[in-house]
Amino acid sequence: MTAFSAILRRDMLLAWRSRADLLISLAFFVIVGCLFPFGVGAEPNQLRAIGPGVLWVAALLSCLLSLHRLFAQDYQDGTLEQMLLSPDPTVLWILAKVLAHWLTTAVPLLLITPLMAMMFDLEGGAIRVLTISLAVGTPILSLIGAVGAALTLGLRGGGALLALLVLPLFVPVLIFGAGSVDAYLSGTGASAHMLLLGGGVLGALALSPIACAAALRISTE
Amino acid sequence: MSTSESRFNLYHYAAPQAFYPVAGKLAPIFAAIAVVLAVAGLWIGFFKAPTDAVQGEVYRIIFIHVPAAWMSMFVFLVMAFWSAVGLAMNTRLSALMAQALAPTGAMFCFVALWTGALWGRPTWGAYWVWDARLTSQLLLLFLYLGYMALVAAIDDPRRRDKAGAILCLVGAVNVPIIYFSVKWWNTLHQGASVSLTKAPSMASIMLSGMLVMALAAWAYTISVALYRVRVLILERERHADWVRGELARLGEAS
Amino acid sequence: MIWDSWGAFWEMGGSGPFVWGSYGVTTVLIVAELIMLRTRRVSSTRKLNRLMRAGHGRKLPEVQGS
Repeated sequence: MTAFSAILRRDMLLAWRSRADLLISLAFFVIVGCLFPFGVGAEPNQLRAIGPGVLWVAALLSCLLSLHRLFAQDYQDGTLEQMLLSPDPTVLWILAKVLAHWLTTAVPLLLITPLMAMMFDLEGGAIRVLTISLAVGTPILSLIGAVGAALTLGLRGGGALLALLVLPLFVPVLIFGAGSVDAYLSGTGASAHMLLLGGGVLGALALSPIACAAALRISTE
Repeated sequence: MSTSESRFNLYHYAAPQAFYPVAGKLAPIFAAIAVVLAVAGLWIGFFKAPTDAVQGEVYRIIFIHVPAAWMSMFVFLVMAFWSAVGLAMNTRLSALMAQALAPTGAMFCFVALWTGALWGRPTWGAYWVWDARLTSQLLLLFLYLGYMALVAAIDDPRRRDKAGAILCLVGAVNVPIIYFSVKWWNTLHQGASVSLTKAPSMASIMLSGMLVMALAAWAYTISVALYRVRVLILERERHADWVRGELARLGEAS
Repeated sequence: MIWDSWGAFWEMGGSGPFVWGSYGVTTVLIVAELIMLRTRRVSSTRKLNRLMRAGHGRKLPEVQGS
């Protein structure tokens, strides 16, 4: 457990030192969200209808933007190899790094989501459901994305390749995440969507660190 | 006795050098089977199968659409199988098999989408509907493209094999999740306005034409994958002595 | 024979463009795949042969004549 908290603290500290990067992905989220009314028109009913989906897609892209940094620095300075050689369980420190990624990219995004949702004319209840769905769903994005980041480590065209690998896998999260708000608004309740997202988190927690560890070993050997 | 012998054979042919000539012998046989079956299937499809009572003649697209859709899904499963074998047993040949299958699977995936669009236009009035099956087929195409892009981007052969295998397994785990989530999403958004269920009772002659075409697609896939894996083996084992001899022979032939 | 004439066959009851569009593109893709496969075999054989001759020509007497 000490390895877990040490890595977590280290990554949080590193993220704080390069907080400009974090602000960039947050600004990206805001700007992508703001582009849609210009594209589809600012009719309130339409904005309400597309709002949850747009904010989910923006969150997904913003998560993707920061993913390639997850292992890149440690790979370049050789820390990654040291960590792979260390006796601590690989899965554990991968989880610590993913948690740090989630805390530094998704949590700021969650804080700003209610503001963005208001720009799409969503009401209190819908905003709450949207924020909760993002809170439950974004860990899956970080977990799956970590596998993609590990596989594309140090490759030419890594960023675009990562997007190609990972985005199709994000589709179920997007469906249940954005769908939860629609379900809430239509009166059927969002609990089924939340439970499925929660199940997705558990499944991703169980499988993706293992795949990620294998991918990191391959990419560094 | 016989089991130990067959096990010996299996491991023997897991070596690229042993598999290369076998693939060379089998590939033309499967190619011939594919041609014969395709001709037979098209004959049944166009000259034996009657006009469909509901859809008219346009249903004849089924003879490539359904086999292509089956094949694209099945090829991904086979790639996942070879990837798992490659990771578990550390054999070079299994990763090469997965890589040899990918382009053909992607081709069939695209064929299924294309023919689906051309079939959809006269029957539902739209080239594309966001139906569960079409949408998951599209995502499957993206998975194929991702796999091929990753494999193409890695120069080191060992890393290429293993990274491709991991991605393939991750994709295979996700395919059912994608399918069911898309299906769920589809029922919520579209209701029953577009029903893709085929006519409940398909004439047996139509069914047999479709099955013959499906077998032809199988034989084609096996043949092309064997031809492709031969090239991959040559590229991979270029430093082995037997490859040099083979290359010299091929160089003289061409 | 279920078709009255070849014209009716190509017509496909009015859905000719859809049926032949499907079969045509499938044929083109299969032919393209086969051509690409052949091109790859020929080019990689040629490339590997060139590499071999450049690096280890002496080891391969058969290649010297060609």
